[in-house]
Amino acid sequence: MTGRSGLEIALEKVAFRYAEMVMGFDLRFAAGSVTAIMGPSGAGKSTLLNLVAGFEAPSGGRILIGGENVTGLPPAAHPVSMVFQENNLFSHLDVAANVGLGRSPSLKLSGEDRAAVSDALARTGLSGKEKRLPSALSGGERQRVALARVLVRDRPVLLLDEPFASLDAALRREMTDLVGELHSRIHMTILMVTHDEQDARQIADRVVRIEDGRIAGSDAVEAPSPGGRLPESGGE
Amino acid sequence: MAVALVAGGALAGLVFQAGRDWSGAFSAFDGYLLRVARFTLFQAVLSTVLSVGPAIFVARAFSRQQAFPGRALMLRLFAVPLALPAIVAALGVLALYGRAGIFSGAFSRFAGGDWPGIYGLSGILIAHVFFNLPLATRLFLQALDTVPDDQWRLAAQLGMGARPAFRFLEWPAMRASLPGIAGLVFMLCVTSFTIVLLLGGGPRATTLEVAIYQALRFDFDPARAVALTAAQIGLTLAIFIAITRFGGDYTAAATLSVARRRYAATGQGERLCNLLVIAAAFFFVAGPMGAVVVAGLGADLGRLALDEAVRRAALTSLALAVPAALLSIGLSLALVACRRVLEYGRRERPASWLEWMSGSGASLVLVLPPTVIGAGWFVILLRLGNLYAAAPAMVVVVNALMAMPFAVRVVRPAYDAASARNERLCDALGIAGWNRFKLIDGPVLARPLGTALAFAMALSLGDLGVIALFGSDSVQTLPYLLMQRMGSYRTEDAAGIALLLGVLCLGLMAISDRLGRDAA
Amino acid sequence: MRGTIRFLLLATLIAPLVPSPASAAEGALTIYTYESFTADWGPGPIVRKAFEAECACSVRFVSVADGVALLNRLKLEGQSTKADIVLGLDTNLMADAKATGLFAPHGAIANEVNVPGGWSDDFFVPYDYGYFAVVYDSDKLKDPPKSMAELVDGDPKEKIAIEDPRTSTPGLGLVLWIRKIYGDKAADAWAKLKGRVLTVTPGWSEAYGLLTKGEAPMVLSYTTSPAYHMIEEKTDRYKAASFAEGHYMQIEVAGMTRKGAKNPLAAKFLAFMTGPKFQDAIPETNWMYPAGKTDKPLDPAFGRLVKPSKSLIYSSDEVAANRKAWVDEWLSVMSR
Repeated sequence: MTGRSGLEIALEKVAFRYAEMVMGFDLRFAAGSVTAIMGPSGAGKSTLLNLVAGFEAPSGGRILIGGENVTGLPPAAHPVSMVFQENNLFSHLDVAANVGLGRSPSLKLSGEDRAAVSDALARTGLSGKEKRLPSALSGGERQRVALARVLVRDRPVLLLDEPFASLDAALRREMTDLVGELHSRIHMTILMVTHDEQDARQIADRVVRIEDGRIAGSDAVEAPSPGGRLPESGGE
Repeated sequence: MAVALVAGGALAGLVFQAGRDWSGAFSAFDGYLLRVARFTLFQAVLSTVLSVGPAIFVARAFSRQQAFPGRALMLRLFAVPLALPAIVAALGVLALYGRAGIFSGAFSRFAGGDWPGIYGLSGILIAHVFFNLPLATRLFLQALDTVPDDQWRLAAQLGMGARPAFRFLEWPAMRASLPGIAGLVFMLCVTSFTIVLLLGGGPRATTLEVAIYQALRFDFDPARAVALTAAQIGLTLAIFIAITRFGGDYTAAATLSVARRRYAATGQGERLCNLLVIAAAFFFVAGPMGAVVVAGLGADLGRLALDEAVRRAALTSLALAVPAALLSIGLSLALVACRRVLEYGRRERPASWLEWMSGSGASLVLVLPPTVIGAGWFVILLRLGNLYAAAPAMVVVVNALMAMPFAVRVVRPAYDAASARNERLCDALGIAGWNRFKLIDGPVLARPLGTALAFAMALSLGDLGVIALFGSDSVQTLPYLLMQRMGSYRTEDAAGIALLLGVLCLGLMAISDRLGRDAA
Repeated sequence: MRGTIRFLLLATLIAPLVPSPASAAEGALTIYTYESFTADWGPGPIVRKAFEAECACSVRFVSVADGVALLNRLKLEGQSTKADIVLGLDTNLMADAKATGLFAPHGAIANEVNVPGGWSDDFFVPYDYGYFAVVYDSDKLKDPPKSMAELVDGDPKEKIAIEDPRTSTPGLGLVLWIRKIYGDKAADAWAKLKGRVLTVTPGWSEAYGLLTKGEAPMVLSYTTSPAYHMIEEKTDRYKAASFAEGHYMQIEVAGMTRKGAKNPLAAKFLAFMTGPKFQDAIPETNWMYPAGKTDKPLDPAFGRLVKPSKSLIYSSDEVAANRKAWVDEWLSVMSR
């Protein structure tokens, strides 16, 4: 699994209506970059991710991934993986099956698939927990399973929708490190919604701020801060 | 507790009445009864399988086609059979499949000879499926709504087609409610009375309920009635436990369960398939209802609308159904919460008897024949004082209890899911009681509560059994009036009233849908 | 939306208060009866008005589903019953009713009672009667049976809907009717008739519904049923078949309770009941024959009804002694 590198994501004059709010996005994410998306609640951060993933269809404009127009294609045809804050796992399937779904949506796994699954579990520190049910895992472990699935899916784009928001600070840092580590090997293009300034700095090379459905700013991040604790920052 | 009180009270009343002569109880169990019991179970099991099995697929189709014209109306229509008196539904079914039914010509040609009608087991099954398939569909749909939004998105992203999505998402959610729904339908079929006699074609098709009715009404043998009721409860309990075991327990995912949007990637082929399934179910359910409507339109509706008795009955029906429904969901919520507290408290230890009682046991009120409840309480109230004053209250209470099994089915999955997510947080923040309901649980439960309210109202609206026993001229409801008109040659009036009943039910359904949506 | 709910809640609170029964202060008579008697179109309202005008008292009806429910209600209430008069039992229930010990002898009947076969009973007074009959749809059935024998032996393709004797009065009526004609061979007759039975319904309404919906060309009902269709719907389509062996009779009676015996109005009502003011209301509201003198002549439609050549009936003691055995016999044949 020597991953492909990431693809560029381009949103060209993308328009979207959500209830009363009219959103407009026009920006690019370079191939292999890690971007933190920040902004107040309800500003449209998740909507941006949903558009890229194909869960929402824009009312105007185009979305290109790696130069290919994916506007209006079903979610499965978008070369992306997405990790949510919760509910990433099917509660009645064990860890291995949950990861295996990344290879085959009907769980018909070849020997090669199985090998990929155990490899991914090893890389996310879940070896030996293959047969556990999600209910027997901690919150951090559950998100590790989701990341393992991202690995076996091997898509050039990874969308993270506040995936570690419900974890405590130490664990959150650990998980963010894990994402960074995976990125250093595979170089997928990562968009991560977060409320935590430090998370953002820890991993991202750019921070995009969104307010009221618009891009309010975009800053490059200098060198990731070397783990010094910042005071608790905004977020609810 | 309330359930136990009402049920126990009713039995106690009859036991008291029977006190003098117990010979009937022992002679109750003979070969005839064994045959009756066997048939009761046989038809109930078959009816349950035929109602619940297809309902799984109909519910799935509805859940995957979130938007098509008429969807909301169809789902509301699916609650109407609950409000129709059995006789109306049976005649509706016959209007289609009977000897003189719309399809009899086609069936005759097909069968080569005169169509003998559907009398017999097939008639019983068709009518039971007509009643219960829509019910089960709506309950399954409610279960599907507890699948978290994220998981639908996940499935879409993973490229799950119809089959894997069913296997990994929909089936587990429905399986969790399967035992409850199957149990509910089973009980409704066990206690079927009019349909079994009318469409069964002869006394070979007899349920225990008929025997109980006969014992209490024609033979006036309370001891025998109590013995038969006990037998009915025992048998149902046995099957019920078996169903529950088979279903296994389900650990609800810790999620908020307000599915706002569905991201199912449905291809053209699947969409067509879904719509075909929905259309088939719709025509099956709407057919007999259409017959009811056509018959109703034949009545002199203008005169009926001005008829003082009809208006009074409509008001009485509403005045009984609304509080019964509110009481029912109130009690159901309390029961569901109580069960959840017990479950939450025990952690990994096995479920206690009390927990089981508050979970599934409440449904058992359904297998208590209304005749028995009515007669039992009659005896008690008679000794306690004014029967006539108590009658409306009694009707409300009994109807509320009868509707509880439905309401519990609807509310429990959502409540458990919300609780699993919020319990610790609420404990930590000290949010409890009304505040908690208003702020935390209420918004999540609004939709299921709306559905539960609708079911409870439909059921109370259509109730006949309880009212008939307390029947005095002060409490005349629409179904009651319907039966009265029918019993005195006024079949057209009866058809008109049946239509009115259906429309009233649809209206209430629309209101409770709206309430649920507004609050969500 | 709020408004609606509030209105409904309000209606709930008020509803029980609305139909307050007449006060029992001075001269009140409580009559237990069945529903179709007190329905708006039944004889109840007319009878109440006429009697209240005569006695300067108030009449209070308490109605239950039917005659059987009436008797059960009495049994449940026992000595504490509020009934002065119980109206709506039939001859089949009389023995049972007497056995409760709740009834008082009525004394002399003021008016002449006119039922076929005469009447003598110390406790109960008849107020109307009728005959069971097979009613058929003349559009569907061109050649109706002319006797019970023809019904039993006829073409099994021409179906009849009957009522269940375990749950309904007409159902029991047919069992008694066939028993009266065939005696100990009743089981054989039932075995033959069984092929013609479309279905066995829990009550009269369901069976009659099958006739009017066109499901069954024949149904077990009353000779007077066609009168309703002639008078109210102006149609001759539904007719009763006249049976050569005669028709089984149903006589509806009223009695005075022991409590009623202390209320002078009760005896007065029984006398009134057999008089023309009560009897005039019977034919076109209860659709039965009057059991006493009427002032108004019967509607000509009644003249066109089947007049049984012979009235068949068992005494109430015979019914009480044999009912269970005969119904069981029916059941065993029909379940085969």
